[in-house]
Amino acid sequence: MTVIDDISDVPTPDAKLAPLLEVRDLHVEFHTRDGVAKAVNGVNYSVNAGETLAVLGESGSGKSVSAQAVMGILDMPPARIPKGEILFQGRDMLKMSGEERRKIRGRKIAMIFQDALSSLNPVLSVGYQLGEMYRVHQGLSRKDAKAKAIELMDRVRIPAARERVGDYPHQFSGGMRQRIMIAMALALEPDLIIADEPTTALDVTVQAQVMELLAELQAEYNMGLILITHDLGVVADVADKIAVMYAGRIVEDAPVHDIYSKPAHPYTKGLLQSIPRLDQKGQELYAIKGLPPNLTRIPSGCAFNPRCPMAQDICRTDVPQLHPVGTARGSACHFWKETLGE
Amino acid sequence: MGRYVIRRLLQMVPVFIGTTLLIFVMVWGLGDPVAAMFGDRTPDPATAAQIRHDLHLNDPLIQQYWIYMSNVFKGDFGNAWNQQPVTDLLKTAYPVTLRLTIVAFLIEAIVGVALGVFAGLRRGRFFDTGVLAMTLIVVSIPTFVTGYVLQYFFGVKWSIVHPSVGEGAPFKDLLMPGLVLAGVSLAYVARLTRTSVAENTRADYLRTAVAKGLPRRRVITNHMLRNSLIPVVTFLGTDIGNLMAGALVTERIFNIHGVGYQIYQGIVHNSPATVVGFVTVLVIVFLLANLLVDLLYAVLDPRIRYA
Repeated sequence: MTVIDDISDVPTPDAKLAPLLEVRDLHVEFHTRDGVAKAVNGVNYSVNAGETLAVLGESGSGKSVSAQAVMGILDMPPARIPKGEILFQGRDMLKMSGEERRKIRGRKIAMIFQDALSSLNPVLSVGYQLGEMYRVHQGLSRKDAKAKAIELMDRVRIPAARERVGDYPHQFSGGMRQRIMIAMALALEPDLIIADEPTTALDVTVQAQVMELLAELQAEYNMGLILITHDLGVVADVADKIAVMYAGRIVEDAPVHDIYSKPAHPYTKGLLQSIPRLDQKGQELYAIKGLPPNLTRIPSGCAFNPRCPMAQDICRTDVPQLHPVGTARGSACHFWKETLGE
Repeated sequence: MGRYVIRRLLQMVPVFIGTTLLIFVMVWGLGDPVAAMFGDRTPDPATAAQIRHDLHLNDPLIQQYWIYMSNVFKGDFGNAWNQQPVTDLLKTAYPVTLRLTIVAFLIEAIVGVALGVFAGLRRGRFFDTGVLAMTLIVVSIPTFVTGYVLQYFFGVKWSIVHPSVGEGAPFKDLLMPGLVLAGVSLAYVARLTRTSVAENTRADYLRTAVAKGLPRRRVITNHMLRNSLIPVVTFLGTDIGNLMAGALVTERIFNIHGVGYQIYQGIVHNSPATVVGFVTVLVIVFLLANLLVDLLYAVLDPRIRYA
């Protein structure tokens, strides 16, 4: 294990080094019968080794689509990437050949999906599905791959791994299945893991265990982690920074503590207010009024303006850029100062 | 798995009794077999009564069924209208139909699944549309039309194949009848496979397989096909019985002396023993085919195996 050597090489956070992954001005659109759905409209973010970026947003905000674009698993067509760069270790993956990208998948960037029951193949044993990583990417024999699969299952703390390696996904509990998904992503010790709502399908106590395991393994292997979620509760404990997405854009981008204490965008503020709190028992829960926009007809100006309590005329005409707020954060709101100041 | 097999075997018993009893009642209800034996002549009342007695025709139907079934299990299926033992007819007819069915089944399974998989993977493109149109045409035309048309062109006009099947029904001669017999089922298999494949290409676990960095070939063969073929296997299995029963028309067109031919003779000559005997064996074939499907199903889908 080279973990100890790695630690001595880890640069200080200030070091001017290219980030592990940098997404620049990414656009993704889907060509459907009803027109062009603009799912991602100019997204920028970056993740360093050992760092956790949480991408937060409602369904349809483009958080999963942008992650799938990074992973290279979008169905194209109907999806298209008209613009943007996805730099991984300094190289633009959008310019790579299909074969080059395939070799990055699983080896260097791995993904954990939301619903482990439907994301694991129902007719193949978990041992086979885990071992497959080694057989395909490292050319291991069936027997060696199985031994490695058992090792992996032990790693993610699945009890009686040796006996259960031949079992099928439906024979495991939800939490155990998600551990298998994590094990699969971890198999080849990738540099970056993208977790797309890894705990949404689990009950709350199991959620905490799974997140804990993920954070622990991330620290151990010094991996970058992109955590896609709509659950602000999950984010607070594990993330270093947060990007809040709305209608395919990042509306706020900040270190985790700043967002919770002082949101700089009305949408983030609305999200925070809609978390149920114990001290507000008996009161009606706050909800952001209206619905997320139809991606084929995104409102002009700021996409959030029809739902925003602070909207003025300028919001309906001018698209707000990401204004720097302090040093390491940004808010795409014309009235970010007012939002902060309240 | 052992318990699963035993349960399936036990389930076959009531199904066997139910179906054979139904057939027995229906065929015996058709008319007086003794009158049929004498054709246009009026039978001598004493002789007729004697025959009725020997054939247990005066006993209650349920008792007749009981006697018949106990004889069947002793290997005695009774005699046909011309006093030939039905077992002899079974022995000559079933191997012929079995050969025809095997040819048809192979054509149906191989061509049908291949067309379906390629169409499903190229959903909405030219090949897919072509397969959909072709199979629709095949399904719409009755077997006796395709049979006579193909026989005329390939057998009579261009003399590429024998227009009828020769003695002993060699496989070479059975290609054309096999294709005719398989036609409609093949179209269904192709469509079923296509839909199943198209559905599975959107499945979450396939996205996972791609995200694992597996080559496309492996994603399709190891992850998609096995899941997609589960419903197809069910159809193919139950279709074995359908092919054997459905050979009736095809056998007449191509002059094949198989099961269809014998059942037809039995009906024409009002010979209950022939009809019930052949159909009883068909029922057994159906049941065995279904058992095979259930077992294959369990092999393909672990969720069933452990249910």
